[in-house]
Amino acid sequence: MTASTPRQPTWFDRLAHPGNFLRWSRPLLLPFALATALVFAIGLWFVFFNSPADYQMGDMVRVMYVHVPNAWLSQFVYAAMAVSALGTLVWRHPLADVANKAAAPLGAAFTALALYTGALWGRPTWGTYWEWDGRMTSTLVLLLIYLGIIALWRAFDDQLKAGRIVAIVTLVGAVNIPIIKFSVDWWNTLHQPASVFVAGGPRMPPSILTPLLLMSLAFTLLFLTLHIVRMRTEILRRRAVTMARQAALEEAR
Amino acid sequence: MDHTPFILATYLGVALLLAAMIAHAVWDSRRVARRLQALEERGIRRRSAATVADDRP
Repeated sequence: MTASTPRQPTWFDRLAHPGNFLRWSRPLLLPFALATALVFAIGLWFVFFNSPADYQMGDMVRVMYVHVPNAWLSQFVYAAMAVSALGTLVWRHPLADVANKAAAPLGAAFTALALYTGALWGRPTWGTYWEWDGRMTSTLVLLLIYLGIIALWRAFDDQLKAGRIVAIVTLVGAVNIPIIKFSVDWWNTLHQPASVFVAGGPRMPPSILTPLLLMSLAFTLLFLTLHIVRMRTEILRRRAVTMARQAALEEAR
Repeated sequence: MDHTPFILATYLGVALLLAAMIAHAVWDSRRVARRLQALEERGIRRRSAATVADDRP
């Protein structure tokens, strides 16, 4: 019988240790926040002063520059949460459920903004704020899933237990992401099919594509910045809970 | 049809919610930092660390 030696921590284990995460993420916050503000400023300058009105929609095309980034992020954030759910269930990674909890309210906000901006875009261009078509309905379902996940996190005092339950719900809910993505191909819809990430390149001129990509980058940077802040806060909140519990136990002795 | 009210409502709504998201993240981070500081001032330490000063948000 041979004695088993403990596995040496890999660089990833060290990087993702909550204490180490707090240390290496701290110097990233200011550069990320500044980059977010800068890209938003450049993007908004393009949106309002350096992009043409659309030949069909007129100036309503400017709504697209905030609607599409929020719609992309609503799905991107959920995909990131699904990966973190795998991290919780498969690898029991200490940061995975922290990442999931920190991302859920951000994903819900981006989804709500996608629905809000979509409604305001739809009224003058389609003649209606809302239509129960595949894309809009599946995005509304995504918002309800986000809200359910936030409620689940709040329903349990034991955050480790909550993390495992939320991870399962997150993975079940992930089935909605391809439904949102392919809804415009599977069903009749008011939405146009994909026009940026398509074979053969984007189906829009650079004058419209440039502000769209800049605003998408700005919203993505904002998500990353807020996600880091919220993950750091969640780690410290758990520390505070542990310390308070420890103090209560010592006082009871 | 004048599109200005729709465009204004879009950007105003987005700006308000983004501002609320940023304000909540900052407020929550400071609230937790104050809670940790109060625990430390009572002499409470984590078993695995002597201080959390390096890890504050």
